[in-house]
Amino acid sequence: MSTVEERVKKIVCEQLGVKESEVQNTSSFVEDLGADSLDTVELVMALEEEFETEIPDEEAEKLGTVQDAIDYIVAHT
Amino acid sequence: MGKRRVVITGMGMLSPLGNDVKSTWEGIQAGRSGIGMIDRFDATDYNTRIGGAIKDLDLDAWLSSKEARKLDAFIHYGLIAAQQAVDDSGLDDYDGLDKERVGVAIGSGIGGLEYIEKTVLTMDKSGPRKVSPFFVPASVINMISGNAAIRFGFKGPNIAIVTACTTGTHNIGYAARTIAYGDADVMLAGGSEMATTRTGVAAFSAARALSTRNDEPEKASRPWDKDRDGFVLSDGAGVVVLEELEHAKARGATIYGEVIGFGMSDDAHHITAPPESGEGAARSMVNAIRDAGISPDEVDYINAHGTSTQVGDVAEVAAVRSVFGDHADKLAMSSTKSMTGHLLGAAGAVEGIFSVLALRDGILPPTINLENADEGCDLDFVPNKARKSDVRVALSNSFGFGGTNGTLIFRRFDA
Repeated sequence: MSTVEERVKKIVCEQLGVKESEVQNTSSFVEDLGADSLDTVELVMALEEEFETEIPDEEAEKLGTVQDAIDYIVAHT
Repeated sequence: MGKRRVVITGMGMLSPLGNDVKSTWEGIQAGRSGIGMIDRFDATDYNTRIGGAIKDLDLDAWLSSKEARKLDAFIHYGLIAAQQAVDDSGLDDYDGLDKERVGVAIGSGIGGLEYIEKTVLTMDKSGPRKVSPFFVPASVINMISGNAAIRFGFKGPNIAIVTACTTGTHNIGYAARTIAYGDADVMLAGGSEMATTRTGVAAFSAARALSTRNDEPEKASRPWDKDRDGFVLSDGAGVVVLEELEHAKARGATIYGEVIGFGMSDDAHHITAPPESGEGAARSMVNAIRDAGISPDEVDYINAHGTSTQVGDVAEVAAVRSVFGDHADKLAMSSTKSMTGHLLGAAGAVEGIFSVLALRDGILPPTINLENADEGCDLDFVPNKARKSDVRVALSNSFGFGGTNGTLIFRRFDA
């Protein structure tokens, strides 16, 4: 079983079309990984699907980095 | 101001006969059929289980992983054909290119049907929150033109004309006018389609438009033959680079041919069927001939709409007889749809390219599967085998649902 961190990073790679080596915990989806506003919405949807959870819009807006996403998932699943 | 002359300096294509212009044109000259069994979805319950698909396409060789995953297939096909056309034209190597004077007009008849189907199923199962933010940009028709502008930095006029099966012809004709009128110096133009989806095949089948010759897919598209029983739905894309003549000469471009005429009309008759007289088609051809400033007897070759339907095939012959009179028996008219099937919104674009290649190479493409010509179908259809001929002027017809007609006329370019 993969860790939450591994699973989050895998989804980020798939959704944003970036290589695994480019994805650090501190990476910002928009600034470092080239996501636009549509990408970030779909990224959150993919995380919801993977972790079978619902992320409210006001929480989703706060997820700026890979670590933010990992922390949210760990705290809410 | 006189009309500026417009020439073709680049071509790109994906078709059931091959994933570029060269392999498709070889298939056409060999009289090969690109039609086979549908395998993109399970067609077991369908009356029609045959179609013309794009095969063995390496998306990653042409598109970013985001483009490959977040755009419908009709946009993939259109963008790849556009990239091929730009590569072929050598525009990228021309330092003097003013990209504000370069535009795009690439349409589709139906658009992102597969993506729409997938989204509706997701929403039905999981609710509105599961609808992708990419749904609209992945499926609406002007997104080939939009993505092409971003990809190439072309900042001129950007449009996507949608006229069912006349789409490709109308986009090329409009783009040529845009250059002739002076609004742009270069235009990428054409059409793309990927409608062999669950709904697409079911719907054209319900309209009784499709051949059901499931046991002999390669013989299913048989324009003007007695035993024709409808068209074959196919996928693909065609894109040309159109360029103002002096612009093309100044950069030393290879010129494949000249667009000399464009005509349009409507049947004003029925939503899907033409009148048997073909009078709407005839007016489209007459308008194009007038625009070209030629006499009808200068036309050597017609790339017909010729879809292999009962009424349409006969009506087009009647239209040609009414426009050309005695000359109808001297010119050649073939249907390349006998080999490619019907690419709907891409049809006029790939057939425009075949017409230009006929001029360039002096070869008349054949109409395959023409074993017994039907009553009233008595022109020189170049039956079953391609033929050498000194073709100087070629005309390409497209007719679509809504009764919309378009005709392009091309002339060989003799430098």
